[in-house]
Amino acid sequence: MANLVKIAARNLFRYKRRTLLTLSLIVLGVLFVTGFVAVTGSFKGMMIGQITDSFVGHMQIHRKGYLAAIDTLPLTMNLKPQAVKKVEAVLEEMPEIEAYSKRIKFGGMFSNFTETTNIRLNGVDPEEEAKTVPLLLSRVLGGDKILKKGEIFVPELLAKGMKVKVGDMVVVIATNRDGSVNGKQLRVGAILESATGPGGRDGYVHMDDAVDILRMEHPEISEIAVRVKDFTKLHEVFAVLSGSLSGEVNKEGKPVFDVHTWEKLSPFYNIARMIDMMTLFVKIMLVAIVLISIMNVMVMAVYERVREIGTIAAIGTLPRKILAMFLLEGFLMGAIGAIIGSLLSVAGITALNAAQIPFDFGRQTGLILAPTIDPAALLTVSGIVIGVAVLASLQPALKAARMDPIEALGHV
Amino acid sequence: MEVITGQDVAKVYHNGGVPIEALKGVSFSIEKGAFVSFVGPSGSGKTTLLNLIGCLDKPSRGRLTVAGTDVSQLGRTDAALFRGAHIGFIFQSFNLIPILTAYENVEYPLIVVQNIPGSRRKKQVAGLLAAVGMSDQQGKRPDQLSGGQKQRVAIARALVTHPQLVLADEPTANLDHDTAMGILRLMKKIRDELETTFVFSTHDHRIIGEAEVLYRIEDGTLKTDGSNGGPGNG
Repeated sequence: MANLVKIAARNLFRYKRRTLLTLSLIVLGVLFVTGFVAVTGSFKGMMIGQITDSFVGHMQIHRKGYLAAIDTLPLTMNLKPQAVKKVEAVLEEMPEIEAYSKRIKFGGMFSNFTETTNIRLNGVDPEEEAKTVPLLLSRVLGGDKILKKGEIFVPELLAKGMKVKVGDMVVVIATNRDGSVNGKQLRVGAILESATGPGGRDGYVHMDDAVDILRMEHPEISEIAVRVKDFTKLHEVFAVLSGSLSGEVNKEGKPVFDVHTWEKLSPFYNIARMIDMMTLFVKIMLVAIVLISIMNVMVMAVYERVREIGTIAAIGTLPRKILAMFLLEGFLMGAIGAIIGSLLSVAGITALNAAQIPFDFGRQTGLILAPTIDPAALLTVSGIVIGVAVLASLQPALKAARMDPIEALGHV
Repeated sequence: MEVITGQDVAKVYHNGGVPIEALKGVSFSIEKGAFVSFVGPSGSGKTTLLNLIGCLDKPSRGRLTVAGTDVSQLGRTDAALFRGAHIGFIFQSFNLIPILTAYENVEYPLIVVQNIPGSRRKKQVAGLLAAVGMSDQQGKRPDQLSGGQKQRVAIARALVTHPQLVLADEPTANLDHDTAMGILRLMKKIRDELETTFVFSTHDHRIIGEAEVLYRIEDGTLKTDGSNGGPGNG
């Protein structure tokens, strides 16, 4: 086999300029694809991280139908304490779950005593929330990062519009599920930087304050945000959790709970899918580049070596070996291109990281582009290149293997 | 002992639906270790006969036995296996592989055709390069060799697998007279040493005399057979 590889390598470099030109095309293709995958992948990963870790969480559990009506934040669709206990029991049993946070979501009026405006609020247990969405604390612009009872974290835009700052007293007024209105004075504990996506401009109050304002006897939870230990296993955990909760049905025999991953909760998922689609098209372009360039080289190689093929066939080389010899040439070309391309990609990605290129996304500014390429992705791209290279060599190789030795020997 | 026997061997080609009888039922036999030449003008059928003996083609009719095997109806793969095991080829244009050195060209059939391990390969190749007087040129590529040297390498390549039979189609056509005679003498010397049967075709009158057995082919038929009355007849 080593000798066959040696012969194939020599055949490849028989026409140096042509082989180098083809190799450079493949290398450029690999560079482009891996660069694209690295940059878009890191952008996607960063944005998903920002969204899930800032406010959405990896998954959310609601009462069935709540999500469809979330724009009105219906208090009538909150989970009763018993239902919450059932969910908590399931979550506690799952070792894959890192943390979860119960939220009471409600809409109200926000007043600085001279002006009043609308506000969407989350009543949370600060510790639970910090564990479930750890980047929330990084959004705290001023004030104490720990939300205390009697305090409110005001979203940045609202704070600017209402001219409130940390330490100011404000009033939050809300209507409870029975229609009665209640209000509570709260101190501005911190200003919260906005984040992209729904819920990214919500304020936060302590769970006990939410219970007070809404005059609840017990906390009635709107949603439970869940964080998993290993994000790469999110869908497996989701399947288990959904399965565990699907057994809970109401009197009509319908499921009580809805479980959703972040994909169903954030419109960024559509952008992420678009990025995936673009990556797929870029990969298809790479396949086309490799296919056309290698097929061209191999067709020429067979055409130029007809007499040689006739000679090796005449001296007893089996057709399958002739096939293998030409496939090996294609394989080598693909492998060399993939290896050089991958090495240059890694160098390029390292250089991009060293350059610390800043970019903005939505209201988030000064993000640093940190492209990374998963070794598995690099292997996938290399595998595609090598596979396509072999595939592109197949037709010319078959032609060589099926050549009639007499005709080939007589070729001029 | 006969290495090749042909009984009523015919070959018909079809050119645009028109049958062309290249061989019209020839019968012959060739003894082991013979030095045989098929002679005749261009288009007489000698290359066709060599192709049939070399299992590069199948006869349209008749029975052809080479090295004890009826090769008349061998399939493509079986024919390749048979050639690799029993037949060596020498071509008019040498047909060496240009990217390989003289040594590697000789080694090639042992690697690709016979899968011989490295140490044995080395011994066989070195022995044959020495036998054809090319040991000192073994590192050169074909484009660095003269015509005679290329043909010597081609002879070594044909013999390296220890075939019972070597077929040479116009082996001296691209060589000057002295070189051609040298090549024929080399082939004969090797025949004497290894008892390999040599069958070659030619229409070069200068070298016909070197053949020990001569078959004349004209218009697809063997006109005469038997021993050569020429100067090379031993």
